[in-house]
Amino acid sequence: MNTDLQIDAGGKLQHLLTIEGLPPELLLRILDTARSFVSVAEREVKKVPLLRGKAIFNLFFEPSTRTRTTFEIAAKRLSADVVNLNIATSSQTKGETLLDTVANLTAMHADMFIVRHGESGAAHLIARNVGPHIHVINAGDGRHAHPTQALLDMFTIRHYKGGFNGLRVAIVGDILHSRVARSEIHALTTLGVPEVRVIGPRTLLPRQVQNLGVHVFHDMESGLKDVDVVIMLRLQHERMNGALLPSAGEFFKSYGLTPEKLARAKPDAIVMHPGPMNRGVEIDSAVADGRQSVILPQVTFGIAVRMAVMGILAGN
Amino acid sequence: MLPDAEALIAKLAEQIRRDAGSRVALVGIYTGGVWIAERLHQMLGLSTPIGTIDVSFYRDDYKKTGLRAGVRPSDIPFQVEDADIVLVDDVLYTGRTIRAALNEIFDYGRPLSIRLAALVDRGGRQLPICPQFLGAAVEIASDQTIELRRDASGRLDLTLVTGST
Repeated sequence: MNTDLQIDAGGKLQHLLTIEGLPPELLLRILDTARSFVSVAEREVKKVPLLRGKAIFNLFFEPSTRTRTTFEIAAKRLSADVVNLNIATSSQTKGETLLDTVANLTAMHADMFIVRHGESGAAHLIARNVGPHIHVINAGDGRHAHPTQALLDMFTIRHYKGGFNGLRVAIVGDILHSRVARSEIHALTTLGVPEVRVIGPRTLLPRQVQNLGVHVFHDMESGLKDVDVVIMLRLQHERMNGALLPSAGEFFKSYGLTPEKLARAKPDAIVMHPGPMNRGVEIDSAVADGRQSVILPQVTFGIAVRMAVMGILAGN
Repeated sequence: MLPDAEALIAKLAEQIRRDAGSRVALVGIYTGGVWIAERLHQMLGLSTPIGTIDVSFYRDDYKKTGLRAGVRPSDIPFQVEDADIVLVDDVLYTGRTIRAALNEIFDYGRPLSIRLAALVDRGGRQLPICPQFLGAAVEIASDQTIELRRDASGRLDLTLVTGST
């Protein structure tokens, strides 16, 4: 999709809609800035005055707990005013179009929209139709992109592995339906990770996925061998119409991350998951709660990364 | 001709030793203020580790200039509550950086006191802020700036830069 929408003529980030097409320097700048926000969260007062007087609207047309909450906390820690719009109680159910909703919120002096939508391209549509002083962040659109999740995962990898050079990263599970996987692949390759693997059954891998610069594996045995980072994806029951899988139990047997399968990875490999986890479907509790799991730190880092994105956007 | 930075730091150390004693805790403002604070910490033989702050999240020109690249994490590794703090900066000018630093320090706790140490004061204050410890007052043209630089051996030097802001 159009990346000029994201970066203006002066090279400044106007919206964050997708990782695709963003230069590595920009990704690193966001990660560097996030590091400073991590230290803010360790103080007595966990707020900074950066976005005082700004109004941020969380527009969630799909259910989300973690992403919506961490965006809300991030905005509040930047001293912005946050309004959460829950689609079940909004005018959308009365037939108002997406752009009408946005126009009305703009009339209420919105400065930033954080958008989650089931349709790919929803955040792009909004970004194309708002004034130049309004910034849009894509918090997940259909199967397309979830850029802040990818950035917080990059932050987590950098935190535990010290950088991206020389790493072997495996993304496991339902790649086909995963906007997280797509954004992660773009982020990992942009930041110079030499070997990105995807592991999953043929039915849950997009056709031509190797064109994104990844190595494709269909079994955990060989796919996890000597990796530094394992990223597990959620099996997306709700997006599956049609028989792509025999059963959740079968899936666990082949692709669920158990301590035995994890032993194929490097001994210091980290295990990540964007949440929400299906324990016993894609990940065993012994791994999810084990010493190699960094799943909860991911959530904490997510706040700092979202603060960085909002802080950079609102100042541009 | 600008004064010698190393001599000014020795002078600051003497003033702080005389007035503030050894109970004091230093907080340096990135980048120059941190270098000076490190030096003062050594000269004064202080036991409390130095704090370092980057005031980017507190600046009053964010709306005009945005968030600049290269923000460093602030870190105050001592109890700010009831501490006697000496805030250290290299060049004192409008006072806006100091205002931002004061606000940031208070988000760590309520200190007993904060005093300001500056290597040089170039005048031009826009806020009611003045240093308690000062290396030297200097007069320079408004289109000039003073930069503190550190060479490979760690020696600090003041440099006059013309034509940048």
